[in-house]
Amino acid sequence: MSSAVVSTSAAQGRLCVFAIEEGGEVCPQPSEAELFTEGRPLQRAFSTSSFSTSKDARLAGITPASRLARPAPEMVSSGIAAMDDLTEGLPRGCLTEICGPASSGRTTLLLAALAASTRRGECCVLVDASDALDPHSAAAAGVELDRLLWVRCGENSPEKSLEQLLRATDLLLDSGGFGLIVLDLGDLPPQAARRIPLTTWFRFRRAVEHTPTVLLAVERQSIAGSCSSLLIKLGPIKPRARVSEQPMDSQFPPPSHAQVLTGLEITAELVRSRMDRKPVRSAEITFSSRTAWAG
Amino acid sequence: MFACIFVPNFHVAAVFRAEPELRARDVAIFEGKPPLEKVFAMNESAGRVGIAPGMTKAQAELCSELTLRPRSLLQESVAHAALLDCAQSFSPRVEDVAADTVLVDLEGMESLFGSLPEIGRSLFRRAADLGLDGNVAVASNPDAAVLAARGFCGVTVIPPGQEAEFLGSLPVEVLFGDRIEGKEREGKQKEDVWGKKSECLLATLKRWGICDLRSLAALPEIALSERLGQGGLRLQQLARGAASHTLVPVEAPAVFEEAIELEHPIVLLEPLAFLLNRLLEQICARLTARALATQELRLTLELQNLAGVDPQLDTFGIPSESDASHSTVQSSAQYFVSGRQSKFCRTLRLPLPMLDPKLFLKLLQLDLNAHPPGAPIMKIHLTAEPARPRSAQGGLFLPPSPEPEKLELTLARIAGLVGEARAGSLELLDTYRADGFRMRRFVSEGLPETNRREAAAEEKTAVAALRRFRPPLRATVTLENEDLARVVCSKKREVQGNVLWKVGPWRSSGDWWEREAWARDEWDIALQNADSVALYRLVHDLLGGGWFVEGTYD
Repeated sequence: MSSAVVSTSAAQGRLCVFAIEEGGEVCPQPSEAELFTEGRPLQRAFSTSSFSTSKDARLAGITPASRLARPAPEMVSSGIAAMDDLTEGLPRGCLTEICGPASSGRTTLLLAALAASTRRGECCVLVDASDALDPHSAAAAGVELDRLLWVRCGENSPEKSLEQLLRATDLLLDSGGFGLIVLDLGDLPPQAARRIPLTTWFRFRRAVEHTPTVLLAVERQSIAGSCSSLLIKLGPIKPRARVSEQPMDSQFPPPSHAQVLTGLEITAELVRSRMDRKPVRSAEITFSSRTAWAG
Repeated sequence: MFACIFVPNFHVAAVFRAEPELRARDVAIFEGKPPLEKVFAMNESAGRVGIAPGMTKAQAELCSELTLRPRSLLQESVAHAALLDCAQSFSPRVEDVAADTVLVDLEGMESLFGSLPEIGRSLFRRAADLGLDGNVAVASNPDAAVLAARGFCGVTVIPPGQEAEFLGSLPVEVLFGDRIEGKEREGKQKEDVWGKKSECLLATLKRWGICDLRSLAALPEIALSERLGQGGLRLQQLARGAASHTLVPVEAPAVFEEAIELEHPIVLLEPLAFLLNRLLEQICARLTARALATQELRLTLELQNLAGVDPQLDTFGIPSESDASHSTVQSSAQYFVSGRQSKFCRTLRLPLPMLDPKLFLKLLQLDLNAHPPGAPIMKIHLTAEPARPRSAQGGLFLPPSPEPEKLELTLARIAGLVGEARAGSLELLDTYRADGFRMRRFVSEGLPETNRREAAAEEKTAVAALRRFRPPLRATVTLENEDLARVVCSKKREVQGNVLWKVGPWRSSGDWWEREAWARDEWDIALQNADSVALYRLVHDLLGGGWFVEGTYD
């Protein structure tokens, strides 16, 4: 009779798989490559008839959890085709960070993700640390306002608003059922945002794991460390104006009253992605956004 | 067939329903004006230690283990309403015989609720769930059912034709049982006349040696009629189980109210929560019995001695301007002052009909934490507005959405955290004024479905967004040759620098017919910050003067 035990080794912090045959004849221990070929390693391990009397032989059948194949998270559209090409979308059940300085296109990405999520019929939350959402921009971006819960923190000090944001996020993650939860820390000074302990981000990651919720954090600098599955960094933008369609550093710009801001050119860099176990890669794209009045 | 639910010792049962912890103790109810308060009713164990009706309160207080409670007509009316709800949960044809007795027509109920004994047991259990320990009797005619319920404990089912046999063992006093209930229903004079008559009849029967109904039923009719008249014949018909009257159905009003009068005022919210929990469980049990839910809960607290306890109470509960602008706040408060007592009202409006006492308790606790009554509480009234429970079926392929009950609790907690008007969904106002919107309650159910195919096709170009500074940042603007040259915001250091690029101005104005008229010029400008270029919206207020940075394009 064969039996298999899957246990978590607290000491080593690794998930181990044992394959044991009791009372059978001694079989040669299959190699690790045979046991865990790509595809269905667990089934192979469970069905293998192996028996070994020595401890070493048993340990030979143990595979670290990090080497076991994990199901890839479901990816959903970020609402911008160019971003989807870069990142393959936003992962459900994971934390995604979008960071960049002021005027780098973070809010544009945030609203695009909200719009895409509400278009899918999901309920979304924006936990706004500095009460910075412009409702008209949200409506112009296509966000269905009925499906958006807006939590406005930041009436007093940054410390107070940060505390409100963290507690509200805990409550919302506990409540569940939201398609997208956005934490907007974009206007908080980096030194204030860095006060969020790493354990809090681990807690958020654990809470959102195995749920269909996309957890998105928008900030100036990356602060969640290894807790984020996807890290997108935005660079400086370039404004575009109608009439001349010339960038701002043109030598002979037309008079200001003859122009209208028609959009921004946003540069995004994929700094980290843990989606498909590929090594860290850095890819950069530039895409355009338009203003609501540009048509 | 008819069923009767009778609650023995109703006045004490009403008190036990409000304070279940008293069931194991000796309890006496007193009424009257001080100092002439007299014992009015007591439970069986109190009777065993020598307490009797008519004793003065001072005499009763000599018994150290006795718990004395004043008679509460409010609690009795609430208990009576619960009794009617219990009966109404089985049949729409219910007669309100007395405060402690209701009759239910069971015609056609067997196919729904099972056999007659099962129905009797279900009625008994339902009454117990509502906090009333009653007797239930089922018989072929209403009068026999009433007599059996008053005479036998627990559940009694009398097969048709065996009424006389079953009722025969009962004492003749059960025939005069409704003498007490007459007090509430009829005038005092009528009641006195009826009381004297029945006492006279009872005394006559006792003198004849008639102690049980079997003996009364066996008396010759003509001789009985000659001596006691039609009243005597009526009593004999009742004793034989042959008397019958037509059921007079009543429609119980859909009023779900529970109340507690407190002997000592409550100051802290924690003990109040215990009492609220009890009231909510009773209300929810009653709503469940009627297959209803509630969408609105009204809590009314009668406070003690408002003046002089908390001077802030004079302004408490009066909606401020900011409250008025958010017309869909979850709950509202009102104060009514009369004499030395005041009423503090809170109304909890729910987006959907719900029926969860724990959820209601949490919501009320959060609401009272945010809006404490501010004075000792003397009386608690809780009213639920009945509503049909929602009937919705979740779809397998629908996107996830938060559970309404959980969401409501989460929203209440978040509102306690950030403020009531600072969590919800957005509604754009029909105005060109910058930042023209208002907050409203967020609901996850009942939203229009989106066409996901069309939505997927819409995906496309990003729309440049503005991040607002609330309130707008006051700026100092340097002009060179009447053109924008430098902008400095003292409040936010990073918003300062030379103007690298600008478009505008665009002039707009509105609401000139209102007090809050506005007129402004807008520019979109690029400023060179320390390490990068940032785009801002700069506004010149034409009416009030001054320059403001309204937000940043991000």
